[in-house]
Amino acid sequence: MNEGGKKTIKMLSLAVLGMFFFSFALVPLYDVFCEVTGLNGKIDLSPTRIVESDISEGRDITVQFVSHNNEQMPWDFGPSDEVINITTGKYYTATYYVKNTTSRAMVAQAIPSVAPSNAAAHLKKLECFCFEQQILKSGEEALLPVRLIFDNELPDNINNIVLSYTIFDVTEDNLDELASYMHEHGEDHHSMGS
Amino acid sequence: MSAVIESHDDHHHGPAKGLTRWLFTTNHKDIGTLYLWFSFAMFLIGGAMALVIRAELFQPGMQIVEPEFYNQMLTLHGLIMVFGAVMPAFVGLANWLVPMMVGAPDMALPRMNNLSFWILPFAFLMMLSSLFMEGGAPNFGWTFYAPLSTTYAPPSVTFFIFSVHILGASSIMGAINVIVTIMNMRAPGMTLMKMPLFVWSWLITAYLLIAVMPVLAGAVTMMLMDIHFGTSFFNAAGGGDPVLFQHIFWFFGHPEVYIMILPAFGIVSHIISTFSRKELFGYSSMVWAMVSIAILSFVVWAHHMFTVGMPLAAELFFMWATMLIAVPTGVKVFNWVATMFRGSITYETPMLFAIAFVVLFTIGGFSGLMLAITPADFQYHDTYFVVAHFHYVLVPGAIFSIMAAVYYWLPKWCGNMYDERLGRLHFWLSFIGVNVTFFPQHFIGLAGMPRRIPDYALQFADWNMVSTVGAFLFGASQILFLFIVVRTVMGGKKATPEVWEGAQGLEWTVDSPPPYHTFSTPPEVK
Repeated sequence: MNEGGKKTIKMLSLAVLGMFFFSFALVPLYDVFCEVTGLNGKIDLSPTRIVESDISEGRDITVQFVSHNNEQMPWDFGPSDEVINITTGKYYTATYYVKNTTSRAMVAQAIPSVAPSNAAAHLKKLECFCFEQQILKSGEEALLPVRLIFDNELPDNINNIVLSYTIFDVTEDNLDELASYMHEHGEDHHSMGS
Repeated sequence: MSAVIESHDDHHHGPAKGLTRWLFTTNHKDIGTLYLWFSFAMFLIGGAMALVIRAELFQPGMQIVEPEFYNQMLTLHGLIMVFGAVMPAFVGLANWLVPMMVGAPDMALPRMNNLSFWILPFAFLMMLSSLFMEGGAPNFGWTFYAPLSTTYAPPSVTFFIFSVHILGASSIMGAINVIVTIMNMRAPGMTLMKMPLFVWSWLITAYLLIAVMPVLAGAVTMMLMDIHFGTSFFNAAGGGDPVLFQHIFWFFGHPEVYIMILPAFGIVSHIISTFSRKELFGYSSMVWAMVSIAILSFVVWAHHMFTVGMPLAAELFFMWATMLIAVPTGVKVFNWVATMFRGSITYETPMLFAIAFVVLFTIGGFSGLMLAITPADFQYHDTYFVVAHFHYVLVPGAIFSIMAAVYYWLPKWCGNMYDERLGRLHFWLSFIGVNVTFFPQHFIGLAGMPRRIPDYALQFADWNMVSTVGAFLFGASQILFLFIVVRTVMGGKKATPEVWEGAQGLEWTVDSPPPYHTFSTPPEVK
């Protein structure tokens, strides 16, 4: 093998390694790309600072709330109001009703999505139940708040926005959190049998 | 010319005897033979699975297999044909031909060559063994979309993941070998733009393999981590995204479909030029067309996912980028036709397959253009129209080119001529079989029959019956192919070194069959 051959092999092996890592780099790249462009209806899963907006420049839009239960997630889950009429640049609080209908404690995670997707970048949430997991004991119910604002830069052709939440059963992945929660709340471990 | 080679012959030893010859061989010709036979075995296994699918679809209703088993057949058929039949066949051809075409004594990395072949049978043994496991074989289609292949997968998915890792490693090693051979071992005087087109097509293919096989390895590694180590790459509940899987898969998958067609372009260029008795029309435009197709293949992946809910700008971008590929492809088809124009054409079996390739591959290309039209794709998506499209580019495309190559170079490899009458019979049976199988699938697809379904509505019954008859005809005619090849290897009329009148290229300057070691002294290329 001459020098040229060895150099080619080295370069190609590096390219292979590089492309393997690139495939993993695609994951954050994809998330950043979706967040920056607001594609895919993905929403930032962290609270934003309070946005000061001039309400007088706002316009009226309609927001519809929908809910989905993933797979066999048995909880009752749905919006308190299915439609609200709001003004851009102003904060509103909406609530979702949730109830653990099973005989055991469970952990849930709600994942939001916005349609049309280019409205996602203009939705800011001061607080949202989707920022954290929900732990409910057997038969427990709750009213979960989301405090949101659509900014004035919302494109003019968007008058109707659908905000969707899908609730997932993540109990299996969070047994430790569930155990410490039950401990704090003075329950014995027998009630959380799965 | 042959006299020159023979005078060197006494320095060389022949092949070792017995089974160890094949196990330990580092000879590019032996390894090429191994690859080709392995790929033919996989072709028959994958084909048998296709016949199970077609037999079930002969009539509406559930006749022969359970839906679960149907899904496993469908998945394994796709995986075996792509990774077990087409890709190894092209690697086998590269092993046999690239060193002989560039005037090199062997591949650059002979021991790695042995390794990259011998891990393949184990990969496929592992994949096929999943058929006998609890929960059955992979059943999520060859595209293994998450979460079907993660959350809902049978336990055997882990075996599938490791076999993909192994065959990915095999392809990457093969590609490195091809590039190093071509870049460093060409005969003196053979500049890049004097290389035979098959060599060019493989150089480009090898770069595509280097770029995307690691991405496939990454995708299955992420699946493995999601399934066993609690990560959430593709799991929405944990903050992941199933659509991300499709992006990563098709970032690999689209260059992959060109990996399966570029070597075919090279083969067909050689054959059409030989049997038209003319120099290939537009050599340099052929090279640049292949380079453009390879580069464009990286920016069109999302045309496989028009219906996932992408924004309009992205749909338009991927539509236009996809249509742009028709330009270099059109250049190639034009050049093949222009080569035949006013040529002294004879219709031996390789030429018949090559002409059928040009016609039928172009039909597949046109249905591809139809699928590229975003608004129309919403109707075609996941119907039999898509099945018809990619089978037209893969069966009378890639596979016909491999058969053409076998008929064209087999006399060179084994020193015997095949039976021309039987060869033509094999061609016509295959040609009729392939069209009877896949052309009706355009109709039932446009009428709305979904793909990957073991049962269907009554209005699709007639064309499905036709399609099944064609599939069994095509399948049976491959037994004839096996017979012809075996008979040629065993004996027959002796082939001259040139084999074909006026054939161009260094491989025709050595004896038929070539000595075990060729070009130990590099030939001079003017």
